[in-house]
Amino acid sequence: MPDKETRDERIFRLTRRKALKGLAAGLGALALPKKDASAAVWKSFFQKNFRELSRAEIQDVVSRLEKEYSTRYGKPVKVKTSPPMEGVLYGYGLDLSRCIGCRRCVYGCVVENNQSRDPQIHWITVLRLDKERGVDLEHAEQYYNPANVPEEGHFYMPVQCHQCENPPCTKVCPVQATWKENDGIVVVDYNWCIGCRYCMAACPYGARHFNWKKPGLSAAEMNPDTHYLGNRPRPVGVVEKCIFCMQRTREADGKYPACVEVCPVGARKFGNLLDPESEIRFVIENKRVFILKEDLNTQPKFYYFYSV
Amino acid sequence: MRNRKIQILILFAVAMVVMLVAVAGHAGRREFWLTPPKSETEDYMVPPPPFTEGIFPCSECHADITPNPKRRELKEEHTDIQLKNHAEHERWCLDCHDLKDRDKLRLVSGEQIDFNHSYRLCGQCHGDKYRDWRMGIHGKRTGEWNGRKEYLLCAHCHNPHNPRFQPIPPKAPPERPENIR
Repeated sequence: MPDKETRDERIFRLTRRKALKGLAAGLGALALPKKDASAAVWKSFFQKNFRELSRAEIQDVVSRLEKEYSTRYGKPVKVKTSPPMEGVLYGYGLDLSRCIGCRRCVYGCVVENNQSRDPQIHWITVLRLDKERGVDLEHAEQYYNPANVPEEGHFYMPVQCHQCENPPCTKVCPVQATWKENDGIVVVDYNWCIGCRYCMAACPYGARHFNWKKPGLSAAEMNPDTHYLGNRPRPVGVVEKCIFCMQRTREADGKYPACVEVCPVGARKFGNLLDPESEIRFVIENKRVFILKEDLNTQPKFYYFYSV
Repeated sequence: MRNRKIQILILFAVAMVVMLVAVAGHAGRREFWLTPPKSETEDYMVPPPPFTEGIFPCSECHADITPNPKRRELKEEHTDIQLKNHAEHERWCLDCHDLKDRDKLRLVSGEQIDFNHSYRLCGQCHGDKYRDWRMGIHGKRTGEWNGRKEYLLCAHCHNPHNPRFQPIPPKAPPERPENIR
């Protein structure tokens, strides 16, 4: 045997293939949960996309989450997984001739849907616009703070998720963690979201919000009536958005969304687009209605209208 | 051959029955998400009218007073009530309040109505708002979107004697991004 071959057998030669293998294995090990890893952490780590879960697996996930949240917030927390109802397509109406820009809806939503208080996350943004300019978003102001509203010469336009029938946000998600449900609500699986924020860039309404930090939500402020795809407590690093209060609305005796209930002027209307007798259908058939950024063909189910 | 025909006929009949049952079942299921039809005379779910505390029933004081139907400005009682932005030159108290029964309101037709039906009184002039209100468009609606809905009386948001909606202080503006750490 020639000298060279013996030498080759004895010494360790680092080929490119070996190096890459080692690197991949090392990085993979780093990404795994470590010391404090309980069974629950491993389970959530290997949890599948919500849409791929079987009924039994969903039950598993829900009981794990309920246990986790109940311990964290010190009170019994319900995590619902109510599916969309048959024959229901939710629609929302907002009366621009009534809205006075008081922001009751913004904070009603925060309380109902367990948004982070610190850092602050709001699902609803109320824009102040000039009556002279009309709906001119370049001159919209969201930080207005007068003593009283409404102000002379202004009108107000709250913007939240428009629950598009043709949503650009779900198309760009690289992991399909966000999708449109059969009742028209666009949802996020917070356990599947990787936090790339492509959907935020794709949304033309600025309706998606990112948890840059662990959400600041105290036990006293936490609403224990939650939905898996809706207002359950979010982890850090995921995107969240308005889900039409599905923990309230997706019921046989479905309550109105929190923003509808809290609006002091009754500017907000909600109902089933497939029900010819519903309020939202009356609005669409009898009032002057427009949708925001119609030219983008997002086909929102959020209708601005003028009742006078 | 004839056997074949009968078979097809039976198959067809069975298919029709199955379809009928499916359609009927579907129709039965639809009901819970459709708004139940509302009759004209049905009452609306409203909370009690927003009276000033201790003022109702009016007959407690008015029982001993002889009614005076002459139009005048009240000098002694109810001086805090001023008609404002509500056709004050054309109308006065007894156009809406009943002369004989002070615990009732009065329609133009002379019909007496309870205070918790006051929307009929307002609807005499504000017909378009009344229509929208009944449909659930004008005014705030709470309760269930697919079931029992709670209405508010006109007077819950609009002071009948000064109906313009009063400005209210807004809630705090959102934090600017540069201040969020």
